Amino acid sequence: MSTLEIRDLTASVAGKQILHGIDMTVASGEVHAVMGPNGAGKSTLSAVLMGRPGFEVLGGTVTLDGEDVLAMPAWRRAVAGLHLVMQYPTEVPGVMLDDMLGEALTTRGRDADGLSGTLLAEAERIGLAEPLLHRALNVDLSGGEKKRNETLQLAVLRPKFAILDELDSGLDIDALRACSRRVEDLSNEAGDAPLGVIAITHYSRLLEELRPDRVHILVKGRIVESGGPELADVLERDGYAAFASPDELTPERDDAGPREQPGSLDDLFAI
Amino acid sequence: MSVLDPSRLDAVELPTTDEEIWRYSRIGDLDLARFTPSTHDVEVDGDAGALVDASGAAPLFDDRPDVFATLNAELGAGIAVTVPPGSVVDEPIVITHSIPGGGALTAPRLVIDAGADSEVTVVERFRSAGGGAALTLPVLHVRVGQAARVRYLAVNELNDEVWSIGHQQAESGRDSDLLLATVALGGDYARVRTEARSVGRGASTRQVALYFADGDQMHDFRVIQSHVAPHTNSDLLFKGAVQDHAASVYTGLIEIGEEARGTAAYQTNRTLTLSDGAWAESVPNLDIRTNDVKCSHASTVGPIDEDQRFYLESRGVMPEVAERLVVLGFFDEVISQLPSKGFADELRRRVADKLDIGTGDAR
Repeated sequence: MSTLEIRDLTASVAGKQILHGIDMTVASGEVHAVMGPNGAGKSTLSAVLMGRPGFEVLGGTVTLDGEDVLAMPAWRRAVAGLHLVMQYPTEVPGVMLDDMLGEALTTRGRDADGLSGTLLAEAERIGLAEPLLHRALNVDLSGGEKKRNETLQLAVLRPKFAILDELDSGLDIDALRACSRRVEDLSNEAGDAPLGVIAITHYSRLLEELRPDRVHILVKGRIVESGGPELADVLERDGYAAFASPDELTPERDDAGPREQPGSLDDLFAI
Repeated sequence: MSVLDPSRLDAVELPTTDEEIWRYSRIGDLDLARFTPSTHDVEVDGDAGALVDASGAAPLFDDRPDVFATLNAELGAGIAVTVPPGSVVDEPIVITHSIPGGGALTAPRLVIDAGADSEVTVVERFRSAGGGAALTLPVLHVRVGQAARVRYLAVNELNDEVWSIGHQQAESGRDSDLLLATVALGGDYARVRTEARSVGRGASTRQVALYFADGDQMHDFRVIQSHVAPHTNSDLLFKGAVQDHAASVYTGLIEIGEEARGTAAYQTNRTLTLSDGAWAESVPNLDIRTNDVKCSHASTVGPIDEDQRFYLESRGVMPEVAERLVVLGFFDEVISQLPSKGFADELRRRVADKLDIGTGDAR
């Protein structure tokens, strides 16, 4: 059993404070949904947890089974058991998925011999066409293929905790179902340390397959409400207006990451 | 230009960096009088002996763009690869030049004359046969006959004491297909000036290069894609890296004449700067004299993409391994287009060996 503990985490991007004190404790097998409107700091939270360059931690702690996560470079966080499923997976020309995963397993001191078999099985399970396993990372993949690929990597690398940054953006309903089911299964696996999940999203359709144990509402860099899965239903019915003043919901763009594609489902909750 | 006297190299007048075509170059560091004209060993592999004449080859073209091409014409013995019309040579012809050191001046010349509807692949390798300063002035002339397919690869594996100042000239006939590829890993200062002219309607030319300079090396490319016939095509992709205190220059010109309507021409140059002390320059130019064309150029100089590195690191790949993967991946776009597939693995290994990532700034 593992525990990821976030205490009073504050962070800034380009000199502007985005996170104003985040507290959250996630145990193995738990699914925590972090929901919030655009500009709430959702992507900043995921970037800070994984150690993306360009984000400055101002205060607070993040520990994984007592180990200081914030003191580690990104690759050590991954080896320690954190995994980020990116909202916009980066294209890496000329670097093949299987080569990268081979290196990633080697760093963990794990045997890469059975990798091709594992990859094939996971690809079939997640619905990723086999030839895509031998492509350069994310190059020429559709939005759905990228997210299936991200989820496949999660399943192969078997981290202790996964941070899903808007897993549901840019993919069709079939891919969404395949990806969220796979994560749900990983969180339900028997054994002493099933996957713990922080699912960052701004609408609840992700949570149809991936059942949250806890839901946190993030507005302007603060968790304004935490509760059980019923909180997502309230949000679905009433929108973020139930949790924040209209002033706090002005769509100021202070979050990291590129803008959503106009006209996508994501706009539904852009308010 | 008047005929030079190779026995009086000290009297030869050299160009200067004041001339645009020599801008950024190290021409000012060259002292011709330190070198003595010399012969060198040449080895020819490939099952095409009848097509190769190593006993001498006159230049195909009369242009002598600079004093070094003139010296080559005076000194070079030359190798001729002559492919009769309709003839297809299956295996690559591999020509290896062993360039002596000890102050030798050599002038390798290769003349490829591909007849109509013929096909040939030629790989020309330049290696050092000894230590000490050396100056080599290679010249390549290629004539691609109507509907002929020619693939050429030059590999510079010279040691880091050798200066190489090369000139390549190609003329492509109607509906022909030419690939000019360069791999530059060696040399102290290695310059290649290339002029690829599409002279027949429908001619298609592709140029690719991989260059990687470290230490105090400098790679210098001057490329002209010239179109003087309608509906011709040219595409160029040069990718390089500079490390330590090394430097590279790419200056490219797409030149489209009035008669070249319906032409498409593209050039892309990307250079990775892997160390703070390394330097790269990229200057793409267009000179277009007709409206009915498609042209584009793109060029970037900069460090390894931070997002790419972070993506790999976030999966638990160590920083130096991540950088190595990204750099090799960057070059793969060129390696996959080289005409000699068997060479790809060796080349990836040589590039990896040259990378000194991991010895310095691992975070």
